[in-house]
Amino acid sequence: MDIGSISTKGVVLDQAQQVIAEEYIWTEGNPIAAVKSLLGSLKESLGKLNEDVEVCAVGTTGSARKLAGVMLGADAVKNEITAHGVGTLSRYPDARTIFEIGGQDAKLILINNGVIVDYAMNTLCAAGTGAFLSSQAKRLGIAVEEMGDMALRSLAPAKIAARCTVFAESDMVHKAQSGYRKEDLVAGLCTAVVTNYLNNLGKGKVIQPPVVFQGGVSKNPAVARAFEKETGFPVIVDENSHLMGAIGAAILAQRAAAGKVFDFRAAERTFSTRAYECGGCANQCEVVCFYQDGVLLDTWGNRCPNYDRKKAALVS
Amino acid sequence: MSKIERKANELVFSFPHMGDYHVPIARLLENMFPAGRVLVPPPITKKTIELGSRYSPDFICAPFKFNVGNYIEALEKGANVLIQTGLGCRFGYFGEVQERILQDLGYEFQFFSLARENAKVKNAYQGFRRLGSPHSPAKFLAYVLIAAESIRIMDHFAFIMRERTGFALRPGSFEYLYGCMLEELRQVSTLRELIAIRRQYTDSFSKVEVRRPPDLLRVGIVGELYTLMEPYSNLFIEKELAKHNIVVSRKMSAAFLLFGKNSRKSLKDTGKYMKYWPGANATDSVAQSRRYGRLGYDGIIHMKSYGCTPEINAMPVLHNLGKDYNIPILYLSFDGQTNETGVQTRLEAFVDMLEMRRKTFEKDSLSRGGHRFHFDKGSRS
Repeated sequence: MDIGSISTKGVVLDQAQQVIAEEYIWTEGNPIAAVKSLLGSLKESLGKLNEDVEVCAVGTTGSARKLAGVMLGADAVKNEITAHGVGTLSRYPDARTIFEIGGQDAKLILINNGVIVDYAMNTLCAAGTGAFLSSQAKRLGIAVEEMGDMALRSLAPAKIAARCTVFAESDMVHKAQSGYRKEDLVAGLCTAVVTNYLNNLGKGKVIQPPVVFQGGVSKNPAVARAFEKETGFPVIVDENSHLMGAIGAAILAQRAAAGKVFDFRAAERTFSTRAYECGGCANQCEVVCFYQDGVLLDTWGNRCPNYDRKKAALVS
Repeated sequence: MSKIERKANELVFSFPHMGDYHVPIARLLENMFPAGRVLVPPPITKKTIELGSRYSPDFICAPFKFNVGNYIEALEKGANVLIQTGLGCRFGYFGEVQERILQDLGYEFQFFSLARENAKVKNAYQGFRRLGSPHSPAKFLAYVLIAAESIRIMDHFAFIMRERTGFALRPGSFEYLYGCMLEELRQVSTLRELIAIRRQYTDSFSKVEVRRPPDLLRVGIVGELYTLMEPYSNLFIEKELAKHNIVVSRKMSAAFLLFGKNSRKSLKDTGKYMKYWPGANATDSVAQSRRYGRLGYDGIIHMKSYGCTPEINAMPVLHNLGKDYNIPILYLSFDGQTNETGVQTRLEAFVDMLEMRRKTFEKDSLSRGGHRFHFDKGSRS
């Protein structure tokens, strides 16, 4: 399961690491609800198969990996970079470069002999990510899913400054007001994402083929084409390109499997969280408490084990 | 926050935090001003950085904000003499700006800046005298020497601690010993005592049992000095690395800045990578990274506060160096944020990557002769 800032992805793999069930939904700022609903749909699609399926291991990744990991009693809880690398290498063992653009972050992973040897990730700002494209789509009054095809129809893409999202936006507004056609603007935006990505993450890195492009934004064919144009290499986009993180997490779980069968009834339990500021010492850690059916399951955010247990044990 | 009782005309000295250096600095001030009082600012918390950020220019580096937070908390507790130092970047002008900010906030205090000209021994002595230090130049020098030697001892053992703490049979042994040593340094008043402390802890540090696996990973830490030395500002990254059983090597320390730093030598040590000095510690970052590369370390972490110009200058050089020595470098910028998730994700991925690299390319790293445990002599080398 890959619980990202914008979307939550889940896959079920068989022994041969092939996808037998998959689901993609919006997180909508509520990872607990997203995980529950995802489990429901995965169970449903497994029920449609003609055989009994037992889930032997669970892995989580993405920004809510810890929360979901505790919720599901996961065998593997891994960061997105490792998960994406492992997922892609299971499909493309020869891959040398992975471009990944998600909702809030972007990663560049370099691989040598099937091992991640270097990576870069966007830092303080979400420029050049899916969030940029979707906010601009909203401004132009089009669906983000349509952007790619629309951009491919453009004959003269508008040049849009790519350094910073805020500047790109004012640049785009200016071009729109001076009469550029919508598809030219959209094409310009898609190119801007690519140049921004390569400027920020590609700095000082050597990009070598085969190049695999994944993450939600890889579903936009205009961005993939802009990557091909900028790098000069063919760019592979897998049909499951949006699921690679989840696939990687599943493979890591398979490797770490503890041998217990996962119970889908986990989705029926009630989970809740509560955050409070520990006053135990001057560090004032923000402690997040995680409850299952009203019982404290885990806490995080505390730097030491001496947080206020009494306070933590209370369910709000 | 409770305010201390202050007698009329009593001087209460305070200074910003940086790691554990409040120990020798507080002792130095006590020695210099027997009639005054020393107030160590409350430990850095979220509130400190909130206060500091509120009253600092937005685009100033994070250390400035931490300092302002420390000053305000110290002034609120009753301090009335504030001390600052300075170095060869924006840090050199922190004092003037901070003094003005605090005055504008309505605090009454004296500001004693040991930056630039004021840092020269003669001027520093006169500064201390003006504030009421009764000592002769000889006595003054003796106390400075004690403080300097205390810092050297601290950094020597801190270096060993960073390298070994991930492998202590009983976790926390090194931290415990180090804490005991700090308490002794807090009381020290003669050089003879210092020599005894050094001897005693050399002995007890060597007695801590460590179990080092044969395939341990080693990471060097380089970058901007404050972010490196104040663990709160880098979200305790060294502790995090030790949890992953990694040898953490960091040469940057107060002792290094005071005794080990030599701009000409470090420029030479950057080899072909740098021709000119781009300010502050950029050449040190490159020279140290090159050293880690040559020693066959598994990775380097470069840290700086957001917008640190000298270190930004070092980064393109480090890109090339990383490529030449085939050593991955993780770049982190901090801006007084308290959210650890982003840093943890990057760090976890970095550690995973180092482990995978090690498994696959083990032969290469062996052939570079870097596999053995390397005990760096720290500030002494």
